[in-house]
Amino acid sequence: MDMKRDYYEDIQLFSSGVVIFWFVAMMVFLAVVPFIFKNYYIYVINFMAINVIVVLGLNLLVGYTGLISLGHAGFFAIGAYGTVVLITQAHLPFLLALLVAGLIAAIFGFLLGLPALRLEGPYLAIATLGFGVTVTQVIGKIKILGERQGLHAPDLIIGPWHFDTDKDFYFLLIPIAIILAFAARNITKTKVGRAFISIRDAEIAAETMGVNLTFYKTLAFALSAFYAGIGGGLYAFVLRFIEPELFSLSLSIMFLTMAVVGGLGSMMGPIAGACLLSWLDLQLRNILDIPYLGEWLRSLSQSYFSLTGVSNIQYIVFGGILLFIMLFEPLGIFGIWIRTKKYWKTWPF
Amino acid sequence: MAFFEVKNLSIYFGGLVALDGISFTLNQGEIYAIIGPNGAGKTTLFNCINGIYHPSHGDILFKGQSIRGKKPDKVARMGIARTFQNIELFNNMNTMENIMLGRHLRMKTGLFRGAFLWGKRSFAGLEEVAHRRKVEEIIDFLDLQSSRNKLVGGLPYGTQKQIELARALALEPELLLLDEPCAGMNAEEKQDMIFWVKDVQDELGVTVLLIEHDMQMVMDISDRILVINFGRPITEGTPSEVQRHPEVLKAYLGENEGVCAA
Ligand SMILES: Nc1ncnc2c1ncn2[C@@H]1O[C@H](COP(=O)(O)OP(=O)(O)OP(=O)(O)O)[C@@H](O)[C@H]1O
Ligand SMILES: [Mg+2]
Repeated sequence: MDMKRDYYEDIQLFSSGVVIFWFVAMMVFLAVVPFIFKNYYIYVINFMAINVIVVLGLNLLVGYTGLISLGHAGFFAIGAYGTVVLITQAHLPFLLALLVAGLIAAIFGFLLGLPALRLEGPYLAIATLGFGVTVTQVIGKIKILGERQGLHAPDLIIGPWHFDTDKDFYFLLIPIAIILAFAARNITKTKVGRAFISIRDAEIAAETMGVNLTFYKTLAFALSAFYAGIGGGLYAFVLRFIEPELFSLSLSIMFLTMAVVGGLGSMMGPIAGACLLSWLDLQLRNILDIPYLGEWLRSLSQSYFSLTGVSNIQYIVFGGILLFIMLFEPLGIFGIWIRTKKYWKTWPF
Repeated sequence: MAFFEVKNLSIYFGGLVALDGISFTLNQGEIYAIIGPNGAGKTTLFNCINGIYHPSHGDILFKGQSIRGKKPDKVARMGIARTFQNIELFNNMNTMENIMLGRHLRMKTGLFRGAFLWGKRSFAGLEEVAHRRKVEEIIDFLDLQSSRNKLVGGLPYGTQKQIELARALALEPELLLLDEPCAGMNAEEKQDMIFWVKDVQDELGVTVLLIEHDMQMVMDISDRILVINFGRPITEGTPSEVQRHPEVLKAYLGENEGVCAA
C-alpha cells in the first residue's frame, strides 16, 4: 500500500471524485455567469464576493480561534481608504496598493490583538467595537482621506487592462476571492489552523502543548484584518466612492451575522452566509419600491419608529435572523448542510 | 546535576497555602508518583511546573535550568508534556488532529507555506504527511485506530484519557506529567493504561511524574513515591517503604477505599 498517499488524503482538498465534480461545476458556472446574467446580477455577485472575503477572514478569528470582533468595519475601512490613497497619493499600482493596504490593516489587527490576550468575551467585544468606531471618527477628520465628504476611487488599472464595468470587476474579484478562500481553507488544515482551533477548544491544553498564545491570537487578528482590508480595498472600487458613514458599527455586525448564519468554524458555511445575506441586504434596500409592502412599512415606521427607520430595515431583519439562528440552529447553514450531506455526497452518481 | 528538581516550592492563593515547601528530585527514566488525599495540592504542583501557576517561593529545575516563571509553551518546548485530570481535549477535532497538535513544536509550516504552497509535494504537504505517519505510530501503540477519524468530544471517557496520553507522547517529551490517568476507567482500561505507562518508561525512556489515586497502579509501577497532604510533604520512598509509613496509613491509605470508589 502506498502509505504516503494515505496520509495526504486526510487533508486533501479533492478528497473524492464527487468533490472534484462539484468544484469543476462551480468553476464553469462562475466562468459563464458574466455572459448570461444581466449587469445588475453581476453587481450583486461582486458585492457577494467582497463580503465572502471579509467573512472568510472573520471566520478564521471568530469561528476558528474563538475570539470576537465587532470592529471589522474598521479594518474594512482601512483597506478601502488605504488602497485609494496609496494609488492617488503614493502612485502605487493597484494590486500593490491593495496588498499594502491589506498589510496595514493586518498591522492594526495585530495591535488590536494585543489587548485580546487579556480580555475575554464581552470585554473583547467592547474593545473591538471601540476600535471600529474610532477608525471612522478618525478618518472623518483627516484631510487627505476626504474628511466627512468622502473620497472618489481612481480608475482601476492593472498593467494594460482597464477595469470599468461590473463585468470587468467580476473578473478581478472572483479570482481574488477564490485564491483567498483556498488560502483560508489550507490554513485551517495545517499547523497554524490547528493552533487556532486548539486555542478555541481548550486554551490551557493548547498552551501546555507548546502553542504560543500571544503569537497565535495576534496572528489570528492580523490575518483576519488582512482579509477585511483586502475586501475593503476592492469595495472602494466597486462603489467608486467611499465615505466614513459606510463603515459603521452596523456593518461590523452584518459581517458577524453573515459568519454566524453560515455556521462558524466551517469553510462553506460562512461563504454561503455571506452570499445569502449580501443578496438579502441589497433586496431589502429596495424594499420601499415593492408595492403595498413598501407603503405599509413606511407608515409603520413613521408611526412607531424614526422617520428613517425603514431605510435601515435590513439591520432589523439581520438582527432577527441572528436571533433565530442562535436559538434554533447554532451551527447555521453549515449545520443544515451536515444533515443533508450524506445525500449530497453521492448525488448525482 | 539532577534531571528534574523541585526545590522548596510553595504557592499561596490568598490565605490558602496550597503548597508548602515541597522538594523532590527525579532521576532520569524513573516513574515517580505523587499521592495524597483530595485537595492535597497535587494538581497545583503540576500547574506550577507547567507555568500555569506562578509559585510564591522555591524553584523548579529541569536539567539544571530553572523553569520557574516560564510560560507554558516554553516549558513544553523544553520537553515537558502533560495530561489533565479533567480532560482537556480539543473537542471539535478528530483524534488524529488532536494528537497532531502534539507535533506543533516540531512542525515548521507557517501561515504562508500553509496557505499557498500546497499540494502533495509542497513543503506543507510533505511535512503534514511525515508527521501524520509519526502520529499513526502513536495511534497504533495506544490502540486508538477505531477512533482515528472521530471527533473526540463524543468518544467514551476512557478513550479520551488515552488520547490525552497520545497527544502528550506526540510531543516526544523527556518528562511526562500524568494527572490521574486511570481516574474513571474500568478495570480493563486501567490494566491497559498501566501497561502503556510502563511501556512509555521502558521503550521510550521517558521519565514519568505520576499523580494517581489508584493504589494498585501506584504500587505496581512507581519506582519512588512522594506523599503529600495539605500541601506539605509527609514522606518519600519506595512503594514498600511508603506503604508502611504510619502517617500514610492514617492520612491516605485509610481512606483509599473511598477515594477509589469516587
Ligand atoms: N486557582 C486556584 N485558586 C484558589 N485555590 C486553588 C486554586 N487551585 C487550587 N486551589 C486550591 O488548592 C488546593 C489543592 O488543590 P489541587 O487541585 O492541587 O488538589 P489535588 O491534590 O489535585 O486534589 P484531587 O485529588 O482532588 O485532584 C485545594 O484546596 C484547591 O481548592
Ligand atoms: Mg488534582
